[in-house]
Amino acid sequence: MRLKGLKKVLVIGSGPIIIGQAAEFDYAGTQACRALKDEGLEVVLVNSNPATIMTDPDVADRVYIEPLTADFVAKIIRKERPQGVLPTLGGQVGLNIALELAHKGVLEEEGVQLLGTPLEAIEKAEDREKFKQMMADINEPVPESIIVSTIDDALSFARGLGYPVIVRPAYTLGGTGGGVAHDEEQLKQIAARGLKHSLIKQILVEFSVAGWKEVEYEVVRDGNDTCITVCNMENIDPVGIHTGDSIVVAPSQTLSDKEYQLLRRASVKIIRALGIEGGCNIQFALDPSSFQYYVIEVNPRVSRSSALASKATGYPIAKVAAKIAIGLSLDEIKNAVTQKTYACFEPALDYVVLKIPRFPFDKFVFADRVLNTQMKATGEVMAIDRTFEGALLKAIRSLEIDMNGFWNEKLMAINDDDLTKALGNPDDERIFVVAEALRRGFPLELVNNITGIDIFFLEKIRVITEYLNKINNMVLYQLTKEELLTAKKLGLGDRELGRLTKTDEASVRQVRQDMGITPVYKMVDTCAAEFEAETPYFYSSYETEDEARPEERKKIVVLGSGPIRIGQGIEFDYCSVHSIWALKDAGIQSIIINNNPETVSTDFDTSDRLYFEPLVTEEVLNILDHEQPDGVIVQFGGQTAINLAEPLARAGWPILGTSVKDIDKAEDRDKFEQLLNQLNIPRPEGKTVTTVTKAQKVAEQLGFPVLVRPSYVLGGRAMEIVYCQEELLQYMTTAVEVSPHHPVLIDQYLQGTEMEVDAVSDGEDVLIPGIMEHVERAGVHSGDSIAVYPAHRITERIREQIKDYTTRLAKALNVKGLLNIQYVVFNDQVYVIEVNPRSSRTVPYISKITGVPIVKLATEIILGQQLVDLGYGTGLLDPPKHVAVKVPVFSFAKLLKVDTSLGPEMKSTGEVMGIDYNFARALYKGLVAAGCEIPHQGTILATIADKDKTEALPMFKEFTDLGYKLVATEGTANYLKKQQGLSVERVNKIGEGSPNIVDLVREGKIHFVVNTLTKGKIPERHGFKIRRAAVEHGIPCLTSLDTVKVLLHVLQAFKRGEQLELKAMQDYVPFKGEA
Amino acid sequence: MEAILALEDGKVYRGKGFGAEGTVFGEVVFNTGMTGYQEVLTDPSYTGQIVTMTYPLIGNYGVNRKDEESTGPKVQGFVAREICSKPSNWRSKQTVDDYLKSYNVVGISGIDTRALTRRIRAKGTLRGAITTNNEFVAQPEKLISEIEQFSTNSPELVRSVTTSQVYHLKGTGPKVVVLDFGIKQNILRMLQAKGWDISVVPSNTKKEAILKLKPQGLFLSNGPGDPKDVPEAVETVKALMEKIPMTGICLGHQILGLALGCETYKLKFGHRGSNHPVKDILRDRTFITSQNHGYAISAKKLPAEVEVTHKNLNDNTVEGLRVKNKPIFSVQYHPEAAPGPEDSRYLFDEFTEVIRNII
Repeated sequence: MRLKGLKKVLVIGSGPIIIGQAAEFDYAGTQACRALKDEGLEVVLVNSNPATIMTDPDVADRVYIEPLTADFVAKIIRKERPQGVLPTLGGQVGLNIALELAHKGVLEEEGVQLLGTPLEAIEKAEDREKFKQMMADINEPVPESIIVSTIDDALSFARGLGYPVIVRPAYTLGGTGGGVAHDEEQLKQIAARGLKHSLIKQILVEFSVAGWKEVEYEVVRDGNDTCITVCNMENIDPVGIHTGDSIVVAPSQTLSDKEYQLLRRASVKIIRALGIEGGCNIQFALDPSSFQYYVIEVNPRVSRSSALASKATGYPIAKVAAKIAIGLSLDEIKNAVTQKTYACFEPALDYVVLKIPRFPFDKFVFADRVLNTQMKATGEVMAIDRTFEGALLKAIRSLEIDMNGFWNEKLMAINDDDLTKALGNPDDERIFVVAEALRRGFPLELVNNITGIDIFFLEKIRVITEYLNKINNMVLYQLTKEELLTAKKLGLGDRELGRLTKTDEASVRQVRQDMGITPVYKMVDTCAAEFEAETPYFYSSYETEDEARPEERKKIVVLGSGPIRIGQGIEFDYCSVHSIWALKDAGIQSIIINNNPETVSTDFDTSDRLYFEPLVTEEVLNILDHEQPDGVIVQFGGQTAINLAEPLARAGWPILGTSVKDIDKAEDRDKFEQLLNQLNIPRPEGKTVTTVTKAQKVAEQLGFPVLVRPSYVLGGRAMEIVYCQEELLQYMTTAVEVSPHHPVLIDQYLQGTEMEVDAVSDGEDVLIPGIMEHVERAGVHSGDSIAVYPAHRITERIREQIKDYTTRLAKALNVKGLLNIQYVVFNDQVYVIEVNPRSSRTVPYISKITGVPIVKLATEIILGQQLVDLGYGTGLLDPPKHVAVKVPVFSFAKLLKVDTSLGPEMKSTGEVMGIDYNFARALYKGLVAAGCEIPHQGTILATIADKDKTEALPMFKEFTDLGYKLVATEGTANYLKKQQGLSVERVNKIGEGSPNIVDLVREGKIHFVVNTLTKGKIPERHGFKIRRAAVEHGIPCLTSLDTVKVLLHVLQAFKRGEQLELKAMQDYVPFKGEA
Repeated sequence: MEAILALEDGKVYRGKGFGAEGTVFGEVVFNTGMTGYQEVLTDPSYTGQIVTMTYPLIGNYGVNRKDEESTGPKVQGFVAREICSKPSNWRSKQTVDDYLKSYNVVGISGIDTRALTRRIRAKGTLRGAITTNNEFVAQPEKLISEIEQFSTNSPELVRSVTTSQVYHLKGTGPKVVVLDFGIKQNILRMLQAKGWDISVVPSNTKKEAILKLKPQGLFLSNGPGDPKDVPEAVETVKALMEKIPMTGICLGHQILGLALGCETYKLKFGHRGSNHPVKDILRDRTFITSQNHGYAISAKKLPAEVEVTHKNLNDNTVEGLRVKNKPIFSVQYHPEAAPGPEDSRYLFDEFTEVIRNII
């Protein structure tokens, strides 16, 4: 029964995507908002992340894109006066805010009820001491541990217990600041970091159960005390590696019913003891050789694991949790899959699900890749099959890391000793190292001993590698049907088979199809076929009976964007979902292919049909052959989908919207240059070189600084700005390989203002909803720079020029759909930097703030409509009264040894938005939302490069006028003193003795850092260490003087007594409803 | 070794044989539990049935001595998508393959078990056969014509699994007689855990013989097949109804129902698995239960004194009943679990309570 008196509910979102908190909360939040609206409630949502579906104006009645801090949320509560607040769908962020609001008395004052999880449960699950006490009360075992708030206490406990010990900070997510310490020195470091990151300055030092099986249960409980376990999952990597970084299989594979029920019983007991009404994730360590187990973690909320469990089982945990939170019981809620039965049951799987994390080390080459209890993955993929082997290899293909499977020539070159060593040091390549060891015939027991991975899994991998050895050098045309079918059932991809048989993917595909070996599609139905279900949720398998009978109607396939990684985040899922909805609105069957379990697009009720499959040529072509769609849309799924356009077109499938030829024209440097020449549109000058000497000569001609990068590398990978010959030489000799086969591009680097547009075009007309301006200088990757809309430092002439160039480029490229262009304005002239004939990272942001549903318009154009008929006009739209600032968010605290300075390579994992009627206030909100705690007084550390000193000087003068204290290293200090007579405290550089700059940062004596770049990004450098220390200690660190200047203006405004005002998005941009 | 599974409707699935060689006939049913294959194999209620596990990977954690619900497998045949040849678990003693070989049980793997399950769901439980016999493998139609001759239900089912003689499990608590139709070991373990002093008697034991044991309660066990195939037990129960408190599980519940004048009927494809939601009407709570039955008590024609206490949330079938104003109640599902969730073990407390109250 619904709770009485509940009419309006505030849902707290989870904010930006960071490591440990990805798109799963958009999926959960969107489901929850919908479920609450279905129950007739008015839903108010707060979330700072504009790239989400949940912040769309039709998902909640009132959407606030505001910072997720207790202060801001309290203001929203006072304004909206909801009766209930639901914090359990916004990850740890949501819970922490709820806790703070409760402690500050806001909930009580305003008479707001906390829904779902009681306050005590949040505290019990998160406060280690209370957690231990509760576990003792209900007689559930936890590993021996101690809670400390000093490093000394941690050390003395560990002395008594012995190493290794695990350190976990209280109140963090993704294990931030945690780790395994093998000796005193390591414990000192990890403890210091953990104490810093804990909200309550506490860490837990714990007996290590590393090597035990890690098993998780997803439990749901209603107000009637009915409990179910939706799913259990077994980590293939034993305890010691964060579950977010582990390969996880569902359901558990090596647990007998006794063990399964042992942990299930404990799970039910724990959720009851906590009194949670909703979902809960419980993690156990299970001794591989007895019934002994420990409870290692409880998350009293919807989590990454619950999103995975929902996708793995078809059971919508977030939706059910939201309904329970408002008082409904499990046996009153209908099972969304069968529509006949109820949500009160436990899903039965008749397939195997694997999740593999996606790591960011392709972008962070210097980062520490070792896997431990601190999560490092940015995203994940999931695969489903009727065999473990099939699911494993499908998941590996889905990762998009240039791995087709376990035939790994790089690892084959390593000798046995080094391979053995690598087995003992798990990093992102762990699974490949294990496979290579097994391929070579390392005994299972040996590999099990070193890695702790269960023999069951090792044997499965061994069987795959044994088959690889068998097929290697066999002749494709002599393979029997039996042999090829076995290979496919083991999950071997056509490409891998092509390589092994010295042919290619297409030949294998041909032979396979000639033999009649094609996959069938099976349904995910929550009940192992026991009941009839209509879920349009399918996976492929080399089995006999197909259940996805194609429908006889017009249908279009939308390719999704795969795992979340640096440079390709949730934004592309946002676009895919809107395209699907537009297709549905047009009465066309929408079919999505994607493999990311965190997303809205892989919710089974988003599209008319969902294929949970790798986004690679083989699997996509299989689906197209099966479905025979009218066409494929590739422009919304980021680079993942764009990369598939060419092979799909070659196979004869119509790519809808902008043609493959025109996409290539924008992506191929030579063709693109030709096009710009024809159109007479300028771009920064540049040349392609194939030798180091040539590079030096070209750079000299263009003039430093120059932008260098290898050709045909996407997303700014390995791109750098170099300021002198010395740096160029270093880059050319260490960062890239240069040869006639691997040319390097050298471009003039214009230090101007970057502008960006997202436009929609039908090939005739072009609509530009607005021009965004980048606050950080050009050369910082557009995804990492603070962007503002509408552009505010723009003249009418520049506006016209951008409009003109955009229109002409769209027409010349015959764009049908979306187009993103980045410009740099230098000396009052617009230059084109990059054109992407597809959706971009800024699409959700620009759609939300202008109210122009550009993905929907693009999809309608793809379906043949004309822009003039769509009701949003053409040309460049007038800017609105409000200002929106998009601020990138980084996850550097999770990744050790990464330079936090910004350059042309993208490093951010997510973004937030600040919106207001004034630029400075919007920026301030954006910065606060991004996690910068900007003190209104305090100490600024300045280390300014010589080239920037003149520009920086007046700003620091104004900061001191506001009452800030300045500290600086010798060069900067002397300069500031001499030129302006400012009072500056001189501090030691690193290496000049203690206390030095980093010590000050560590001691909390610095409140924000201004550090402009000198050169290079080698970790030993001085600036690197300062920035690193700042980020690790959560201190704002600004590297661009532009941002510093704007921030100064905001602080000056506050000094004058200006107040912040909060408004719902529907107030800024009136929602037009279904257009 | 090539093997086939043939169904009475003519459908033939080709796969690989495991376990013993030979030909077996039975009723083909499916179980949706993801763990607990050893408990399923050894549950006497599966006597006469060819059991398909819907979870595709079976045998992962091997077979051990402690997880048997009776000595050795009771299934007629076993069907899996994949049988694990290298199990991994600290208690594992044997592979499923070796286990079935040693008890001469025929199995088949490598078939699309989801397709088979969907077929059973659509058509209802079917008669079928597994064979490794070369002649049948080459000419399945010969096997199919034999399937048509074969009858699935017979009074033989219970007789083959009930105890041949009375045995006694000593306890300090109330004296209880267990009428054994093929009892699962875990039920006895649960009853013993409550301290009962137990006499287990064969299914055809007469009223007088039972009363001679001076029981304070009667427990009707689970078992295979159709309750109407055990009319002698129905008579016995009827005769004792006024004399002692009684409870039953599964087949025992159905026999009690027949004795009370209820009707039973065959379900289309039964309930077999570890995930069935059952609503305890009196407590207004729903529990996830372990189930294994092909028949049910009809809710339509209930005698006035009989009250439905539990119902299946999925299909509203009767999952439990009691007699108004009498210490008699029973459940269709398996509170003893093994395999499956243990959420409804409170039932054993309840029965103990009922008996104690009467004493």
